[in-house]
Parts: sequence; structure tokens; C-alpha cells
Amino acid sequence: MEDIRAVVIATLKKIAPEVEEQELKDDSPLRSQVDLDSMDWLNFLIALHGSLSIDIPEADYARLITLSDLVDYLKTKI
Amino acid sequence: MSLLTTEKEGKIVARPGIIRKTAADLRALPNLSDYAKADLQAGLAGLPGGGVNIAFEAVDRHACGPLRDHTAFRFLGRDGSRKDLSYAELARLTNRFANVLRRLGIVKGDRVFVLAGRIPELYLAVLGGLKMGAVVSPLFSAFGPEPLRTRMRIGEARVLVTTSELYRRKVAKIRESLPTLEHVLVVDENIPGTLDLGRLMNEAEDEFVCAQTTAEDMSLLHFTSGTTGTPKGAIHVHGAVTTHYLTGKYALDLHPEDIFWCTADPGWVTGTSYGIIAPLLHGVSSIIDEADFDAERWYRILQDQGVTVWYTAPTAIRMLMKAGKEMPGRFSFPLLRFIASVGEPLNPEAVWWGKEVLNLPIHDNWWQTETGGIMIANTPAFDIKPGSMGRPLPGIEAFIVRHEGDSVAVVDAPDTEGELALKRGWPAMFRGYLNNEERYRKCFAGDLYLTGDLAKRDADGYFWFIGRADDVIKSAGHLIGPFEVESVLMEHPAVAEAGVIGKPDEVVGETVKAFVSLRQGFEPGEELRMELLAHARKRLGAAVAPKEIAFLPSLPKTRSGKIMRRLLKARELGLPEGDTSALENSA
Repeated sequence: MEDIRAVVIATLKKIAPEVEEQELKDDSPLRSQVDLDSMDWLNFLIALHGSLSIDIPEADYARLITLSDLVDYLKTKI
Repeated sequence: MSLLTTEKEGKIVARPGIIRKTAADLRALPNLSDYAKADLQAGLAGLPGGGVNIAFEAVDRHACGPLRDHTAFRFLGRDGSRKDLSYAELARLTNRFANVLRRLGIVKGDRVFVLAGRIPELYLAVLGGLKMGAVVSPLFSAFGPEPLRTRMRIGEARVLVTTSELYRRKVAKIRESLPTLEHVLVVDENIPGTLDLGRLMNEAEDEFVCAQTTAEDMSLLHFTSGTTGTPKGAIHVHGAVTTHYLTGKYALDLHPEDIFWCTADPGWVTGTSYGIIAPLLHGVSSIIDEADFDAERWYRILQDQGVTVWYTAPTAIRMLMKAGKEMPGRFSFPLLRFIASVGEPLNPEAVWWGKEVLNLPIHDNWWQTETGGIMIANTPAFDIKPGSMGRPLPGIEAFIVRHEGDSVAVVDAPDTEGELALKRGWPAMFRGYLNNEERYRKCFAGDLYLTGDLAKRDADGYFWFIGRADDVIKSAGHLIGPFEVESVLMEHPAVAEAGVIGKPDEVVGETVKAFVSLRQGFEPGEELRMELLAHARKRLGAAVAPKEIAFLPSLPKTRSGKIMRRLLKARELGLPEGDTSALENSA
């Protein structure tokens, strides 16, 4: 669990290196805490696929709002 | 000799099969303009006692007529919530907001800036501000602190309406550098140094008499980017409402029974002219989605809300295309009847994709921050040429021009590339760049407004976009000024020079790519690259910051020291470098 969270944050920091990990709140929408435009967001999800080898179908994007959503979702896929 | 032939250079030749006319051939203006006038008189009311006000036409007029209980806006929250506002409620709440401003001592002409996601308060602030005669400037919420500061400084903001989250993340740190900013109204929380908008709205009166603005009074201030220098604040007037009304009719075919969805954010001109004003003028119900783009969510909105007219952007369409054909197959859109797109040229594949997947072709149209409303369009009434922006709307005269020294010459030959120009004088034309008369003057040659876009016109009168005449970057339909990005990169101690270009991208049109050379003592590397990216993103925000940063030993410059972005771009794309005689070390 902790590992996945660490991978998610490391991947996020490749797109948005300004992110301060200690300021991220797990349960509030990621895109209201970090400035990510649509392209950043897509690149982030694609990069997650790359770093975890987990396929994230486009139809699931809408459920991935918070950091916890992402971690929980990826956990079920591993 | 037959009337169908004529004599030319001693020979009998057939006359052409078509008689082409110009406006001059008519000798008097056609009566069609009277039709438009009659239509306007029926569609717009004018203020009681004279004058015109955008908010009165958009809201108040309907609030005391048959549409009073009709839905004006349906707000879809990120969390799945739904909130409808009727025209009567919208009038009451915008009255309250106007009263809030009045109580703060805001007077006609004062600048009210709005920085928020697509939440109801944004719409109330824009319309309430216009109603009381303030000049409203909506800012894009994905801007970072630096673009926000620049715009509020140029615009001399007196009031800012925002959310607690945006205030803390972006405004608090720049507030001290904004001496004109007296009041910050925060919608959702009581933060020291700000005013609680919710409380002020609760205390405000329901009644407000619309300010007696004239057609030439300033209404909105929309910022746009140029190649050099700071962003330009394009001044718009209340009289622009005529263009908003007519284009809502001709280009979007709006009827009061329509469910209309303009996906643009009001931080950009489309989201104001067509996300707020035009649909209200036509008594339409508008869908406003607070959430960011998501393919499935968007298909669901089109289906579940019964959208009939949809105005969106090429980037969004291409992202839907990328999500595949299977997804739209799970939805149906029997009520959807018209789709239009704006922001950058719509590629022919996307037009055809609409026809195949949504059963409707997509109508591309063209306009700019400066034009205030749609100028050239593929309309419901005419055939579409996929890849073309369409033809000038009634009342708009468009030309292709060639620069000849200080003046321009109109190019009549079809399919010839040149700068797109419009005959000045349509009602929504910008009336200036704030505090920058010289730049405004430079946009005109005689009677013509020069758009800065390169295009060509075919023999049927359809216009085709070719590119920008300057270095401005078009990303996801938004203009980004390279200078603004370069300035922020240059602030970093490691950076000696910066040059920023638009790198072609199949989804968003162009992405921002920066080239930097480093000061002595700094070495290029991944760590520094990430540091520069973080710096740029923190200062500029995701919408403006570069997506890519590359290091170069030095940047190509002219002998006068100007970075040659054109050359950076040619090299990036592996294109011929063209004329490099101005390069500093070329001779």
C-alpha cells in the first residue's frame, strides 16, 4: 500500500515537480491541490501505467479523483 | 454577336459562367440589414430610458417576461450535485451581487476581477458586476500567481471574487504587490483580510435598478497574449451585446427551448461571450459543468442533460476521439442537433468523426478575444468544408491582405496565403488595449483590423487557417505569449537565456517548449530541469508553464540580441531554417 502511494507521488512529481508531498491531502481531489491541466492529467495516468504496468482504461478515469482513489484502485489491479 | 460572348484583344470569347459581385456593385446597402435591424429590435430590449447593458438584456429582460421560470443555468458539480437557477432567480441573485458591490463603494467603471472554477458565484459576479456598471474581467483559474498578478496590475483591479482554495494557493502571496486591490470577496470561507461573500449576499437587497450604461461604456476586459511584452487587456463595451445576440442566432442557431452546453471556461473569451452572455440573450438553458474534461463524463452529460446545441473545442474533440469509438456507443444523443467548435482549426478528421460517431458533423468557426464574438463560421445554413473555418457571418467582411511597407493590399486571387483582416466596425469589436494605445493602433491598417492570423480564402469564399503571423503559441485553444514564459524562466538564477516555442501536438495543437542556456557555474541535468519546471509551474500555473524544457549551449539570436524563436522552432521540427541573415554570427 505504502509502496503504491510512493510510486504514485513519484510519478506525479515527474509531471508536476513543484508538488510538496507533505502538503498533499489523501482525501481531497488531487486536481484542486495540484495545478494539472487535462494534458498533465492524461500524461500522469499514462505514466502510472508505465511505472506500475497496470492498464488503466479510459472508462475508469472518472473515478480517480483523490490520491486515495488512485491508490485503492491501483491496489485492486495489482 | 451573342450576349454570351464578348470581345477581348480582338477575339470573340465566352463570358464567364458567373457574375461576381462586390458590395460596391449594390450601390446602396441591401435591405437585408433592415431585416437584421428588425430582428435585433425584437430580440433585444434596450434599457428603459435609453442605453444598453449586457446583463439587462441577458437576465433582467427575461426575468420579468414569459421566461421568468425557465432554467437559465444548470450547474453540475464535481461531486455529482445539480443546481438549477431560473431567469427570475438569476435576476434576484445578480441584483444582490450588484448591491454588495455598491455597498463596498464600487462605482461605474471600477474593475472587478473574478477568479474561480465554474461555480455559480462566478456567473453571479460577472452578471452582477456588469449590471452595476463595473468592468468585469474573468481570470482563468489554472493561471499561476504571476499571470494573475500581471493581469490584475494592468487592469487595476479594485475587487477580486475568488474561492478560499485559490486565494490561499495563488492570491495571498501576490496581494501585497497589488496596491489597487481593495476588496477580496471569498465565496466559501471567512479568511482574515478578505470579505465573506456568502454573508454579504445574505445581507444584500433583492432589488437593484440596472446601471444606465451606454453602448460605448466598457463592459468586459479580456486579456490576451502577444509575442512581446506583457499581456494585453482588450477593452469590450456593452454594445457588443448585438454581436453576441446575432452570432448566437446565425452561428449557433440558439432557440429558447435549447439545452446548450458551451464547454469553455469563462477565464477565456469563449466562456464569457458564449458560456454566459449569448445563450442567456436567447433565453436558452445552459449546462455548466464544474469538473475538468473526462471523456465518459462528457458523453454522459450530452446524453443525460439532453443537450441540443454543443459548442466545444478541437482539443476536447480530439481527446474524445482518442478515448475510442466504443465509449460513445454506450450512450445515445437523440436530441443533439448542432455541434460547433472554436479555438484552433478543426482538422477534417474531427469533422468527419462527429458525423460518424455523433451522427452530426462539427461546425468549425473562427474569432478572437479582440473580435468579441464569432466572425467566420460554418453555419447551420451552409455546406461544410471540413478543415475550413467557414465564411464570414452576415455583417462581417473578411479579407486576405498582403503587407506592403506600412500599408496593406487586399489580395483578391483565391487560395492565396496572407493575413486575415476584417473591416472594422462590428458592434463587439474591441475598443482598445488598456493603457496601450500604440499596440491598438498597430492592429489596424485604414479600415481593416489585422488579426495576426494567416489564412487563405477559396473561390467559394470559405476561409482556411494557416498559422499565426507571430510567435504566439496556441495550446488547447488558448493563446500563450512566449515572452511571459521566458520572463519567468529568466528569473531563475541558473538561466542565462530562454526561448519559448509552440511544439506541434496532435491533441492540443501546440504545447509550450522552452529552450534555455545556463549561466556559468550551472550544469544541465535532470535535477536542474525538474527544478526549472517546478519554478515555472509554481509561477505560471499549468496552463501557461512549459511542458518540456531543453538545454542548449546558447540560443540563436539576431545581431541586436533578440532570440530567434522561429529558428528554434525550425530546428525542433527539422524544417529548413529559412532566412538566417539576421543571425548574430551568420556573417
